[in-house]
Amino acid sequence: MIASFVTDPSFRSILYIIAFGLFIYGLSGLTGPKTAVRGNRIAAVGMGVAVIATLLVPHVSNIVLIVLGVAIGTAVGVPAARQVKMTQMPQMVALFNGVGGGAVALIAWVEFRDSHGFADVPTYVAIFSVFAAIVGSVSFWGSNVAFGKLQELIDGGSKVIGSAQIQSMINVALGAIAVACGTAIVAGSDNELLMIALLVSAGLLGIFLVLPIGGADMPVVISLLNAFTGLSAAATGVALDNTALIVAGMIVGASGTLLTQQMAIAMNRSITSVIAGGFGGTIEAAAGATSASGGTVRSTSAADVAIQMAYARLVVVVPGYGMAVSQAQHAVREMAKLLEAKGVEVKYAIHPVAGRMPGHMNVLLAEADVPYDQLREMDDINGEFSRTDVALVIGANDVTNPDARNKSDSPIYGMPILNVDESASVIVLKRSMSSGYAGIDNPLFVNPKTSMLFGDAKGSVADITEELKVL
Amino acid sequence: MLVTNLAILVLAGFVGYAVISKVPNTLHTPLMSGTNAIHGIVVLGGILLLVEGLADGALNKILLVIAVAFGTINVVGGFLVTDRMLEMFKAKPKELVEADAPEEGTA
Repeated sequence: MIASFVTDPSFRSILYIIAFGLFIYGLSGLTGPKTAVRGNRIAAVGMGVAVIATLLVPHVSNIVLIVLGVAIGTAVGVPAARQVKMTQMPQMVALFNGVGGGAVALIAWVEFRDSHGFADVPTYVAIFSVFAAIVGSVSFWGSNVAFGKLQELIDGGSKVIGSAQIQSMINVALGAIAVACGTAIVAGSDNELLMIALLVSAGLLGIFLVLPIGGADMPVVISLLNAFTGLSAAATGVALDNTALIVAGMIVGASGTLLTQQMAIAMNRSITSVIAGGFGGTIEAAAGATSASGGTVRSTSAADVAIQMAYARLVVVVPGYGMAVSQAQHAVREMAKLLEAKGVEVKYAIHPVAGRMPGHMNVLLAEADVPYDQLREMDDINGEFSRTDVALVIGANDVTNPDARNKSDSPIYGMPILNVDESASVIVLKRSMSSGYAGIDNPLFVNPKTSMLFGDAKGSVADITEELKVL
Repeated sequence: MLVTNLAILVLAGFVGYAVISKVPNTLHTPLMSGTNAIHGIVVLGGILLLVEGLADGALNKILLVIAVAFGTINVVGGFLVTDRMLEMFKAKPKELVEADAPEEGTA
């Protein structure tokens, strides 16, 4: 009696409704730091409910294989999630995203094999499965390349085959092959080679799409790949008639799309221009013209910086990817604590695309126990630079470049920036005078208000902290 | 069935957009890894095909086990890492702060 009740398809459907209700409720908890931990756990409970619901069938088959798959996944996923450093979070997210896309593609492949080339199922199932296979494969290979670049297994710079034009022609051709194979499959072919060709061409497309994209565009790419995997999961849900998959996949698709838009807006670039491959040719043409910005760079010492900040009322820290690279977040927090003890107000100005994924800097600073209310978003802090005594730029470059505001022929013109040059004085911690990702000069560095402290960010901050202690 | 599912698809898209647009920039990394974990729900697809005994043959089964393993990595890893991150955003008691050294490890 009970067994027949729990294996009733309606009961399963109700559990799925509970599951996606929990997803939505959990995600809405992410709107604030206090409710976010609980929200994430509620979503995880929803996932547990969905998995249990799936196992409720009258005749359970292959349970050993299911347990095996889950065990392997757990054995890999748990240690990775526990041990990853916060600075490595972008590549971790890329990797997790990739395996999700891989699962989508594999499931579509098995469906194809199992239904004799979708001959046994309605046409719409074939269409959604083919869509899932293409997008899942793009996402899997694209995410793996993104992981490789972020982990520095693959050279991070822009890479194209031949020229950008040839590369985009190759990409269009690969996309066309994948779609053509998919169309033939939907039209009724059960030739498995078509399915394999589809997966391979979509995979190559994923690789070639991400390979040319440079480091600073990574926030856009990771958001986009996240959206892709979500949409492909939703398509799998339609094909398998599974509401939990549809709702969850679609929520992720919407979330990824929204983040992609926000990141692109924060860089003042269209999504297509990011995918077309870095700043590429336009920059090289412009570089010659802008390199003659002239002016002299003033370099300073840790002791001077310490004195300047100790007698300030408001210090705004502007972190960038350089802080992540040198793992300076804990040193920064130590320094800020000393400043606060001396009665200096410290705030952090976070540009939306600082780092390699959306919100990257916030996670690092939270790891170092910087209070949440000191982390300020760009629009919020920009009004405060005019009353800031010292702006301390740590490993950030393009997001502070005044050319984005003032110089209409600059490649980054129109990109919203942090107006650090409005503060009374600016201190830039930088490894060397090399230019930022965009490869363009930053007139901030030759501004008379600016002094540079060269060296590794972590070391420089530690030096400043030592000087503050003896003041 | 198709029409119902398409209706769910469209509505879920709007719900997702509405919920996510309220999340502040500061929490975008945990948001991304949290939603990342949720799309690991494709693991259900693999489990479904296995548990109902739909897929016969060794290759099908191997592919599905890999799919389930991939999906599980996505789900379990995603939720755990999000949890770790979000814990850091919560205010901690002062004494704990000193002992909280960064963990060593590899990705």
